[in-house]
Amino acid sequence: MEMLVASAIGLLTAVGVYLVLRRQTFPVVIGTVFLSYAVNLFLFATGRLTVNRPPIYAAGAAGYVDPLPQALVLTSIVISFGMTALVIVLALRSFLETGSDSVENSPASADEAEATQVTTDQARP
Amino acid sequence: MNLILVPLIPLFGALLPPLFARSGRDTTMLVTLAVTLTSLALLLVDAPAVYRGETVLAGTAWVPEIGLSFRFFADGLGLFFATMILAIGALIIIYARYYLSRQDSIGRFYAYLLLFQGAMVGIVLSDNIILMLIFWELTSLSSFLLIGFWSHAAAGRQGARMALVVTGGGGLLLTAGMLLLGHVGGSYELSVLLTKGDVIKASPLYPVILVLVLAGAFTKSAQFPFHFWLPHAMAAPTPVSAYLHSATMVKAGVFLLARLWPVLAGTDLWFAIVVPVGLVTMLVGAWIALFKDDLKAILAYSTVSHLGLMVMLLGLGTPYAAVACVFHILNHATFKAALFMSAGIVDHEAGTRDIRRLGGLAKLMPVTAVLAGIASASMAGLPPLNGFLSKEMMLEASASGSLAGLGWLIPVGATLAALVSVAYSVRLAIGTFAGHERHDYPHHPHDPGIGMWLPVALLVALVVAIGLLPALIAGPIIARTAQAVIGSAPLPYYSLSLWHGFTPALFMSIAAVIGGVLAFRAHGGLARLRSAWPRPEAKAMFETAVTVSVAAARWFTRQANVESLPRSIAIIAISVLVIGLWAFTHFPHGAGARPMLPVNFAAVVAWGALMAATGVVVMKHGNRLLTLIVTSVVGLIVSLAFIYFSAPDLALTQISVEVVSTILLLLALNLLPKTTPAEPQAGRKVRDGAIAVAAGLGVAALAFAILTRDFSTISDYYVAQSKPGGGGTNIVNVILVDFRGFDTFGEIIVLGIAALAIFALLDTSLRGPAARRLAAMRQGLESAEAHPLILVVTTRAMLPLVFTVGVFIFLRGHNLPGGGFIAGLVVAIAYIMQYMASGYSWSHQKARFDGHTLVGAGVVIAGLTGLGSFVFGRPFLTSSFGYFDIPLIGQIELATAMAFDTGVFLTVVGTVLLALAQISRIEARAERIPIPEGPSDIKLPPAAPEAGRPVPREG
Repeated sequence: MEMLVASAIGLLTAVGVYLVLRRQTFPVVIGTVFLSYAVNLFLFATGRLTVNRPPIYAAGAAGYVDPLPQALVLTSIVISFGMTALVIVLALRSFLETGSDSVENSPASADEAEATQVTTDQARP
Repeated sequence: MNLILVPLIPLFGALLPPLFARSGRDTTMLVTLAVTLTSLALLLVDAPAVYRGETVLAGTAWVPEIGLSFRFFADGLGLFFATMILAIGALIIIYARYYLSRQDSIGRFYAYLLLFQGAMVGIVLSDNIILMLIFWELTSLSSFLLIGFWSHAAAGRQGARMALVVTGGGGLLLTAGMLLLGHVGGSYELSVLLTKGDVIKASPLYPVILVLVLAGAFTKSAQFPFHFWLPHAMAAPTPVSAYLHSATMVKAGVFLLARLWPVLAGTDLWFAIVVPVGLVTMLVGAWIALFKDDLKAILAYSTVSHLGLMVMLLGLGTPYAAVACVFHILNHATFKAALFMSAGIVDHEAGTRDIRRLGGLAKLMPVTAVLAGIASASMAGLPPLNGFLSKEMMLEASASGSLAGLGWLIPVGATLAALVSVAYSVRLAIGTFAGHERHDYPHHPHDPGIGMWLPVALLVALVVAIGLLPALIAGPIIARTAQAVIGSAPLPYYSLSLWHGFTPALFMSIAAVIGGVLAFRAHGGLARLRSAWPRPEAKAMFETAVTVSVAAARWFTRQANVESLPRSIAIIAISVLVIGLWAFTHFPHGAGARPMLPVNFAAVVAWGALMAATGVVVMKHGNRLLTLIVTSVVGLIVSLAFIYFSAPDLALTQISVEVVSTILLLLALNLLPKTTPAEPQAGRKVRDGAIAVAAGLGVAALAFAILTRDFSTISDYYVAQSKPGGGGTNIVNVILVDFRGFDTFGEIIVLGIAALAIFALLDTSLRGPAARRLAAMRQGLESAEAHPLILVVTTRAMLPLVFTVGVFIFLRGHNLPGGGFIAGLVVAIAYIMQYMASGYSWSHQKARFDGHTLVGAGVVIAGLTGLGSFVFGRPFLTSSFGYFDIPLIGQIELATAMAFDTGVFLTVVGTVLLALAQISRIEARAERIPIPEGPSDIKLPPAAPEAGRPVPREG
């Protein structure tokens, strides 16, 4: 089972890294989502894998899974959501502003941004 | 305890002058003066104790873990310097009132001056060396502001920048030196360190400490080769030059050497560095001063030269030289401040301070001429003035010094410097005031009002009084101060008097005066000689150095930041991989011995589904909608993993976050391009694939190595204390809201900030090019049924039900899986469903609370809950709980942690609502979806044809 979880974490990381290296915003955002999955699972795994021992205090329980990584990962999941939301909105705004969703400053998109800038200037009274 | 107030009063008093600036310049001056005099009076309260031989200590601990304390101490040296800073400061404040013109903002000037004053007093009174460093940097900063006070003048800005770079850079080196000093000495308190001289000198780190501390002192005190900033700082208004660049700030370096004299001085290394630097500075400064034509430039280089003298005396390492140094500090402050202010008067009245355009002012400005003449004579070291006395002592002290085995080097150097000093002093006085009256002064000069010459006169009176009656006036001060410098060693024999008999110093002095007058006569020839030699131009070299470093920084930035996210991320990823590879090859990394869990069928299926889903994402990520859907499948598999491995809370959180972020990404995708263009370069895919595979393999191996090893946990305490200490049986929730509540508090603040950033990003997109693009995006053709009836009715009916579920999840959270985070997400989903089903405008009109309020309220409630424990005298966020009997419902448990969790809940709801509502808002802008009036926008009566037409209304 450990092998499956470790390989899953590795797989999620690989996909996340690959997507983050793409040139458009949306794959990059999806890449960060994948990296979040990988990191959260990894942090969770530092508490080792335990089956059927939830961290709910009960008299006579045989034992508990380590609750601390779970608490950390819980906040991490919520923060990851905050990050995803912020990054996608950033991507959206940059697309609306420049008309391009490239994350590279290629000559073409730079020209386009400049053109937009010119129109903005002209639009001002 | 009033010692603490001495530096704090000017620092906080700096707020006052700008407030009074409207009440007139006299009022502002009086207010500023009152601040300085209050501080001085408080300081002098401690003077009797210091002169009884005590050391006054005051202050409190600050951050004891890193050795930082807010502690001050006054002994002879500190008291001497602080008195000098405040007393001369008071004179400068009066003088500046009359010097500055009406156009200058006097409130701002006095504010900077008081800031500087407080920082400077802080340096000389600090007991803690880290505290001293803070004040040290503060003097560099306030001096920057003062030098650049006339910010419209390019010279002022350049001079200010140069001073900041040199003294600030020295301050950084000093910081390193002081930290090492405290480390070796075992304490960061000067009062302790001063007794640890032997330990520190014996340490192998001593040479490092010495070089670093000296670098700080030499840059601040303008010692060769860092002397070049001081003349350029003369672009400052003259009161600043008189105060900072003659009497106080430039003496901070000398003060530091004197302060640490018992700790650092007396070794061969100290002598070998400090004496030559002082001697060279003394000679170079005096030599350049002789050929300058600007009065302030002459005085600036003369100051450099005199600072060199003081440094050399401290370098000699003998107690007698230390006494001479202390005496000269006092004397130099009096005559040099007086001379600077006189130069300012001449500049102010005659309109120029170029010595070639001056001369013959004695008849026109008799008072100024007399005062400046006496001060110049003291600078030249003529009897019966105070400059003569300390120069004699300096020559006496240097007569016994021997450098590089050459017994004559130091005495001859000192005599030569004294000789040039006579020459430039004579040139200054005669060139300005003697000779025939001229008719081409830019202004018609006459003596200024009493406000300008009185401060000069007071200083000159001291020059004469100390010269005539040294033992009576300066004797006790010198004795007490010098004792503080040399530490526990007995004070050497010295006599403060004009006549010592026919000593070697007397002959050196006579030679200097005669030679100086001859040099003055031969000035023209010497100037030709000087111009024949190539001279290094410090300013040009400095500017070149700045230009080169800026160009280097730009080049590096261009190389490192290619404005391409993939390239930057690739660099980061490869760096991490390289480090990981190094660790992989240098340390054991095989599987551990922990027994593994058996594999079951369901897990293999889930794993296979994950494989397939990731495969689809990688292969088909051009189709964004498909990618998004498959990504949420991955999220579901992750939540299944959490359920299986005993983490119900995580599973609940993951699944609700999954819903929220999928909706969010869908909304965003609606406005973004729907496909990602295929990449033309196959090489790039291979490169990225290689990086990704390497990263994945590394992480997988790491995870596997961790998973197969046993570990010791720190969670036993949490498990044991969850119920008795935290009052809940859901250990994860108790950790979140109780044991590690501070982390959670920080986290909800981060969430709130993210929500506000999202709001700011989208709110402003309704203007400018973004708004035009949105308008162009408006889709003309819409579904006839933008708000499907079944969806609308279902979501509205579900709303109270979901709220109930949310409350249920919230309430059980302390004991069973659930809690504020999950409940917040669930309730937020219910709201979002309204936005999706009925459109932004309708939902927005119906919403009672907006996201801002919820986020703010959440953070405030959580914070107040934390602060509440202060009322009971417990640390921040200490929770308490109790059991209460409520009729009908029975016994329930209430914990303060629940109030905290309410804050978490509200913040989460607010964040999600704010983020999604904003995206829907700009979508509404793009799409102009009609606002439904009833449960649906399809009117059920026969008026159906109208329904699909867009109604031009927006939210």
